Amino acid sequence: MDETQKKEQATTHKIGIYLWIWGLLFILSFFSYMVDWFAFQGLLRWTLILIFMFLKAGLIMAFFMHLYWERFALVSVLLWPMTAIVGFFVLMAAEAKYTVFTRLLYFFIGG
Amino acid sequence: MSDNKLDNLPDGFKGMSQDMASDQTAFKGVQWGKVMMWIFLLSDTFVFSCFLISYMKGRASTVVDWPNTSEVFSLHVGNVPVPLLLIAIMTFVLITSSGTMALAVKYGYEKNRKMCGWLILATAIGGLTFVGMQVFEWSKLIHEGVRPWENPFGAKQFGSFFFMITGFHGTHVTIGVIFLFIYSRKVFRGDFDNGKRGFFTTMKSDYVAIEILGLYWHFVDLVWVFIFAFFYLW
Repeated sequence: MDETQKKEQATTHKIGIYLWIWGLLFILSFFSYMVDWFAFQGLLRWTLILIFMFLKAGLIMAFFMHLYWERFALVSVLLWPMTAIVGFFVLMAAEAKYTVFTRLLYFFIGG
Repeated sequence: MSDNKLDNLPDGFKGMSQDMASDQTAFKGVQWGKVMMWIFLLSDTFVFSCFLISYMKGRASTVVDWPNTSEVFSLHVGNVPVPLLLIAIMTFVLITSSGTMALAVKYGYEKNRKMCGWLILATAIGGLTFVGMQVFEWSKLIHEGVRPWENPFGAKQFGSFFFMITGFHGTHVTIGVIFLFIYSRKVFRGDFDNGKRGFFTTMKSDYVAIEILGLYWHFVDLVWVFIFAFFYLW
């Protein structure tokens, strides 16, 4: 790829890439709706929901929001703080387990 | 999005450490308004994460069965209940409007005024359709007796999480729609071609504003991806 081509690509992207991502988002949304349509249950349902969700989110952020083409300084500032969300999620999941344990203990068994 | 000087800088982690240590602009080649929008979106991510995590905590700790969203949000076509039909249509409408927005940003940078304006208008109409369907969904559920403190389908927490999460998202969509209409008018008027100064600012208008508006709109779509997965499908 010569320099002029590289510069052109950096300023605007070909329409094809947007149409491809658009199509993929439609297909992935259709698949996630199908998860409910076929009423998959349990681990299979949760795994499929999460896979389609993260693929859709990744495609939107990378291409529609142009993160794929941004410098790593901006990408890092956006993505690293989100690890705090994972930490908070883990804490609250543990808290929920404790809450439901105490509720079952005091509502039904009697503490 | 990029200029020639950036091509000489290293990429990746090495590039980041140099950008941050260079004692000048940390986010090279990114207009400041775009950085501000990204930082706002990061803070908004935390707001929505808190809502979704509190929903997880509420749903995981209740000892009453959670309502079956597949049935609660079903629509009757003829006499057949189709699960999650309205929500699926809403999802497709929002993705369509996200696609038109991405193309509007592209045509904006190519200084194609008309295409950019029409695509932003199409995005705004898509957003308006989404909000309209959400109003229908809310009134249907309210009519069936769903309240923030009770509902006829199961765990009482369902109503409060539903109204809080979808309401906050709907507010974001509504604000986005208002801005999309304003910006489509600005584009059609040619503000971004002749650098007309804005109403609240003395700075010259530039098509980068369309990308910033696009970031907000894609974020609204992004949040819906998570709400759709965790609230409606889970």
